[in-house]
Amino acid sequence: MSWTMIDTWIVVAGVLSAVSCALVGNYLVLRRMSMMGDAISHAVLPGLAVAFLLTNSRGSAAMFVGAAVVGVLTAVLTQWIHGLGRVDSSASMGVVFTVLFALGLILIVRGADSVDLDPGCVLYGAIELVPLDTVDLWVAGEVPRAVVTLAGMFVVDTLFVMFFYKELKISAFDGQLATTLGINAKVMHYGLMTLVAATSVAAFESVGSILVIAMLIVPGAAASLLTDRLGVMVAFSLLIAVLCAVLGHVAAITVPVWFGYPATNTAGMMAVVAGVIFAGAAVGAPRHGALSKAIHRAVLSVRIAQEDILGMLYRLEELGGGRGSSGAVAGVLRRALGVGPIVAGLAVWRLTRTGQVQRTDGRYVLTGAGRADAQGLVRAHRLWETYLVKHLNLRADHVHEPATRLEHITDSAMQERLSDRTGRPRLDPQGKRIPPGSPEDDADGR
Amino acid sequence: MNERDAHNKAEAGTAADGQGAAGSSRGGQLTSGMVKPTVATGDEHPRNAPLSIHDMTVAYHRKPVLWDVDFDAPQGKLIGIIGPNGAGKSTLIKAVLDLVPKASGRVLIYGKPYRKQRGLVGYVPQRESVDWDFPVNALDVVAMGLYGRIGWCRPVGRGHKRAALEALDRVGMADYAGRQISQLSGGQQQRVFLARALVQDAQLYFMDEPFAGVDAATEQAIVVLLQELRSVGKTVLVVHHDLQTVAEYFDHLLLLNMRIVATGPTSEVFTRENLHKTYGGRLTLLDEAAQAIASKGVGR
Repeated sequence: MSWTMIDTWIVVAGVLSAVSCALVGNYLVLRRMSMMGDAISHAVLPGLAVAFLLTNSRGSAAMFVGAAVVGVLTAVLTQWIHGLGRVDSSASMGVVFTVLFALGLILIVRGADSVDLDPGCVLYGAIELVPLDTVDLWVAGEVPRAVVTLAGMFVVDTLFVMFFYKELKISAFDGQLATTLGINAKVMHYGLMTLVAATSVAAFESVGSILVIAMLIVPGAAASLLTDRLGVMVAFSLLIAVLCAVLGHVAAITVPVWFGYPATNTAGMMAVVAGVIFAGAAVGAPRHGALSKAIHRAVLSVRIAQEDILGMLYRLEELGGGRGSSGAVAGVLRRALGVGPIVAGLAVWRLTRTGQVQRTDGRYVLTGAGRADAQGLVRAHRLWETYLVKHLNLRADHVHEPATRLEHITDSAMQERLSDRTGRPRLDPQGKRIPPGSPEDDADGR
Repeated sequence: MNERDAHNKAEAGTAADGQGAAGSSRGGQLTSGMVKPTVATGDEHPRNAPLSIHDMTVAYHRKPVLWDVDFDAPQGKLIGIIGPNGAGKSTLIKAVLDLVPKASGRVLIYGKPYRKQRGLVGYVPQRESVDWDFPVNALDVVAMGLYGRIGWCRPVGRGHKRAALEALDRVGMADYAGRQISQLSGGQQQRVFLARALVQDAQLYFMDEPFAGVDAATEQAIVVLLQELRSVGKTVLVVHHDLQTVAEYFDHLLLLNMRIVATGPTSEVFTRENLHKTYGGRLTLLDEAAQAIASKGVGR
């Protein structure tokens, strides 16, 4: 690939669009109103059109005012329709922004048809054209106009988030408390909406409204999966935004070439990269990722299978009338557990490794240590059954299921309390012996 | 009616006048608990009561939720707000704190309108009212109680964090300061909320169901904390659901079911008859009138 000054300006514009959107977008994600970004970035269109028709120029200032006014109007109208009752907030948002967007389209097509404010450009953006429209910046020479605008927008967004960091935080977390402390959550809300609208407009020209929505939401959403601290989340979101822009452009000019096609649209590729990064975060995030959750679940189900095997072998010994006299083959264990072969295999393997179970003549039997553990589990199970029958008045044939779940989370201290509560019973509701918790109990029990 | 309004205005005037002096000596009065609770009769409100609600009505979509509430909180007491679901208990607190609009009525905090007395009032919202997946830890949440005092655009300083940590320590949660809030149990979350209220160092507290869904240890810890607050002269209003513990926890009660059924010392008003009136489901004439108005309002 050949990198030119044009590529540099495209990337700079892309990065500035992405970080500006991501910065304010974090707060949309946190307030669970991500769709507001979608709504506002579409709804500003009539604001742009009216500003254009009134001033007859594409001067940035008028556009920003128009967009900001309509952006706030979107938020106000959505709130108002929702406040009427019977229309939920996403439905009212849908009503408001589609109507405003359509109105904007009509205004553009009817009133501003002859000039280059075309709807296609609003949707897809024209980041490739950014380097062509330059202004002569006194200090830095010729700089693309969009880059100047976006840099200004990023500075404004950064100052807003820096100065109102704690106000934004408390308004997003607990608006009622904020209001009682004299921090008007509504003012912060509409301030944020104004910035979302202005940022959308600034980024529109370069990357188009679809990518604006992606950059408002995706970096914040991905970052929220990666951390539990707000400051870190904001920092990550900015990093992700930068990655999207840089990798997006590099991918746009390289990937299609590998397959013999000409370079493709940078804005589109940025959104694709954002999607890939989000997918990576969703799968691989340390605590909230799908992978770590799956591992956590698997570990838990193996542990439960281990305990179930211990309990089962203990009951087999009871039925068989003696220690080591019975046991089970692996297949029977697995069918009785009702778990998959991998979970069952892992459970048996771990039990053997910890020395709770040993294999003799192809059958698995409890060791001394395993028997002690199994006894605790069975004791917990039967105490729970007794408790549920005695104190919650459940029928004796309805308590097995809940007791099966509860036995896995009952330690010996809790067993003692259960035993005390139920009058230190020796038999459970089905008439089975409740194993003793300690040797002294055993002496009492007999 | 006009006569009554005129009387109220006159009274509001004197209450506000009297506040200047009372305001300056406020600290002394509050900590020593010198202000004598006066039982309100009719429109006579005691001056400088921690909370004085006069003739307050609140409606959602023209349906009245609170009807003509008249209440004076005695100084330095634990006050239970008791009533069935939908009785307007939370709404009462929110209306006092200007979180929901009042259709009519006047609220004074230590003799002055609430917006001038924000610093004196602490609020513990219902635990379900916030998003516990929010990326903050326990210490951050407690520090939020200081945001009003820190002021706009200023960061949370080291001293503020220390104060927040002390408050967490008071509720036995110092070890969990760095824990993300979704990793806390319901009882621990409630304690964090209480620590946040403590750090506000208010004189008058409103707590919306602090006992809801907490474990026995937390309930006990909250009770001890409430008693501590009372012993240093704070006034606490608590929305409470468990009738079993009402007599044990509270000095004073406000029995509410859209309108006030009874208020007074627990020993006097916590009676079978009052409870029956509060929870009994039988509409009194006044409620029937309110219902009729509500249905007309909806029909319009």
